[in-house]
Amino acid sequence: MIDFFSETFLTAFIVAVLASAIPLLLASIGETVGEQSGVLNIGMEGLMLVGGYFGFVGTLVSGSFWVGFLSGAAAGIALSMVMMVLCVWLGLNQIVVGIGIGLAGAGVSSVLYDFQFAESKPRLGLDTPWTIPFLSDLPVVGKGLFAQPGMFYVSLIILVLTSIWLYKTTPGLRLRSAGQKPASLDAAGGSVMRTRSLAVLFGGAMSGLGGAYLALISAGTFTPGMTNGVGFLAIVVAMLARGRFTWVLLISIVYGLFVAMGTVLQLTTLNIPNDVVHMMPFVAVMIVLTFFARRSALPPALATAYVRGAR
Amino acid sequence: MTASTPTLEDAGPETRAIEATRRPQSTKLSQGLEVVIRTITPVVLALVVGGLIIWVMGVNPLDFYGDIFYLGIAGTGWQKTLTAMAPLLIIGLGLIIAFRAQLWNLGYNGAYLIAAAVVAGTAPDILATLPFAVAIVLLFAIAVVIGVVLGFLPAWLKAKYGTNEIITSLMVSFIAISGANILVKGPFQDVEVTVPQTRVLDLNLMLPYIPGTRVHVGFVIAIILVLVFHYILTKSSFGLKVDILGASPKAATHAGLDARKLIITVFLLSSGMIAFAGAIDMLGLWGYMRTNWNPVYGDKVLPFVFLARLNPLGSIPLIAFYAILATGGTIAAQQAGLSVDFLLIIVALILFFMTVIEYLGNRKDLGKSYLPAGLFKSAKKH
Repeated sequence: MIDFFSETFLTAFIVAVLASAIPLLLASIGETVGEQSGVLNIGMEGLMLVGGYFGFVGTLVSGSFWVGFLSGAAAGIALSMVMMVLCVWLGLNQIVVGIGIGLAGAGVSSVLYDFQFAESKPRLGLDTPWTIPFLSDLPVVGKGLFAQPGMFYVSLIILVLTSIWLYKTTPGLRLRSAGQKPASLDAAGGSVMRTRSLAVLFGGAMSGLGGAYLALISAGTFTPGMTNGVGFLAIVVAMLARGRFTWVLLISIVYGLFVAMGTVLQLTTLNIPNDVVHMMPFVAVMIVLTFFARRSALPPALATAYVRGAR
Repeated sequence: MTASTPTLEDAGPETRAIEATRRPQSTKLSQGLEVVIRTITPVVLALVVGGLIIWVMGVNPLDFYGDIFYLGIAGTGWQKTLTAMAPLLIIGLGLIIAFRAQLWNLGYNGAYLIAAAVVAGTAPDILATLPFAVAIVLLFAIAVVIGVVLGFLPAWLKAKYGTNEIITSLMVSFIAISGANILVKGPFQDVEVTVPQTRVLDLNLMLPYIPGTRVHVGFVIAIILVLVFHYILTKSSFGLKVDILGASPKAATHAGLDARKLIITVFLLSSGMIAFAGAIDMLGLWGYMRTNWNPVYGDKVLPFVFLARLNPLGSIPLIAFYAILATGGTIAAQQAGLSVDFLLIIVALILFFMTVIEYLGNRKDLGKSYLPAGLFKSAKKH
C-alpha cells in the first residue's frame, strides 16, 4: 500500500499534474489568441503532433532540450502557415482547412516516425531541472514546483506575457478587435490580414511547443498519435475561458488533476482502467458544456473570413 | 411603346462596353466538364505532392502508385475494394446529410467505433439464439440506436442553446472511443485469447457474400441506402427543408420550418447512419474487434464527400477511388516500408487543394458574371 501523504508521493503527484497540464496550457494559449483574433483552428491536434515529433528529433540530434523546443515551435509555425495562407489570406473555410491540418500533422508525424525510428524506438533522458534556491528546499511543493525543467517556467512566463500583450498593449487591442469587428479595425487603419496572420502563426508556435513539452518532458519520447485529443481539449479550454488567461491556467490545472488522480486511483485497489481515466476529462467537458456554458460567448467574427467591403 | 425586351442597341455606351467584354454563356457540356475538372484536379495535385514526399523518402512514387492501383483493382483487389466501400459509403452518407444542413457532425469516429464494439460483442450470442435474419436486423437496430443516443446531446444542445456542435460532437466522440475500448477489454472480451478482443464471429454467421464474389451484401445495402437518400435529399420536401436549413437557419424559421426539430432530426439521422456503418463492417468484414483499433474512416471519407459537392450519387465514384487507394495502399505501403498513415497526408492534401481550386473557380465565375476585372480596376482609380 502506498502512503498517500508521504512527501515523495505528493511531490510525484504535483509533477504528474503539471506534466499533463502544461502541454494543454501551451496549446490553449495559442488557441485563445487565435480565437480572439477570429480564427478558429481546429487542427490543433496535428500542430501538436508535428511539434512533438520535430521537438523529439531536435533534442535527439542536438542533445539539447532547448533546441528541441525551438524545432517543435518551428514545426508548428510551418504547418500553421497553411492555415495562414488558405484561411486568412484567401478567406477559405476554416473548418475544412483545420481538419486538413489535423490530418496532415497526424500523417506527417506518424509516417516520419515510422520511417526513422520504428525499429530503434529511442527514448530521451531527463531534462536537468532549474532548481530555484531556497524555494526548492520547501517540503513537497519545493521539489514539485521549484525544481522543474526550464520550459515549465518559460511556459508560465509565456502565459503572463501573452496576457499582457492581449489586454495591455495596442497590438493586443487590435488583435481582439479583429475577432470582434474586423471592419472597425480596418477602418481604424489596422491590418486585419497581418493581425490574424500573426495570431495564427503564434497559435502554431504555441501548439508546437505544447506538443514538444508532451513528448520531451511528459513522455520522454514520441509516439504517433500521442496527443490523444489534447489538441481538441485546447479548443474547448479556449472556448470556456473566453480569452481570460487565469481561466486558461485554472482549467489546464484541473485537467492535470484529473489525469493525475486517475493514475493514482489505478495504484489503489480500485484498479480503474486506463480508458476510464482517459475518458474523464471529456466527460467533464461535456457536463460543463451541458450545464454551465450553454451559450459560450465566442468572438462574433470567429471562423468567418474578412473580406474588405463585403456586406 | 413596344413590349419587346431591351436589346443591346437600346443600351447606353457603358453597358455596351461591358457587354462586349462579357464572355459567351457556357454550355451545359462545358459546365459539366468544369465540374469534373474541379473535382479531379485536387486529387491529382494531392497525388503529385504526395508522390514528391514519398520520393524524398526514397520510394519511387510511380512504382508505388502503380502498385496501389494494381493491388486495389487486379486479381481479388476489386472485391476487397468493394468490401471496403460498404462502411465508407454509409459514413459518407451520414456526413452528407449533416453537412447539407450545415451541421458539423465531427463525432464520426466515436459513433462508428462504439457501435462496432457493441455489435461485435453481442453478435455471437444474438446470432446463436435468434434466427439469422431476425438477429441481423436486431443488430442493425442496436447500432442505429447507439448512434442516435450518441448524437442526441450535441443535437439537442445545438438546437436549444446554439452550442457549437463541432466541439460537443468531438467530445462525445472521444468519450465513445474510450467507451469502445472499455467494452472490448471488459464485458465483451474473449477470455480464451490473451490479446484483448471480442469473440470472433463464425464465418457462416456473418453477412452472406454476393453470389459469385467474396463481397458481402453490405455493399449492396450501402448502394441502396445511397440511392434512397439521393432521392430523399434531392427530390423530396425533406431534402429541400434540409437545404434551406443549410443555407440559413433564420430563413428556415421564416419559411415556417421548425428549425430546432429539423436540426435534431438531421443530426440523429447522420449519427445513426455512421453507427450503422460500424455494424455493417463488423458483421460483413471483420467479425471481431480488437482494442485500440480505430480506422478513422470518417476523416478519410471527408474530402471525397466535399468533392462530390454533398451529392450522395456523386460520392459513389469518389469513394470508390478512395477505396482503391486504401486497399492497394495498405499493402503497397507495407511492401515499401512506409506507414499506412501516408493516406492521411494524401487526404489532407486533397482537402487543401480542394479549397484552393474552389477559390480559384469562384473567382473565375465572379469575373464572368460581374464586371470584368480590368474595368473594375480602372473604375476604382477615379
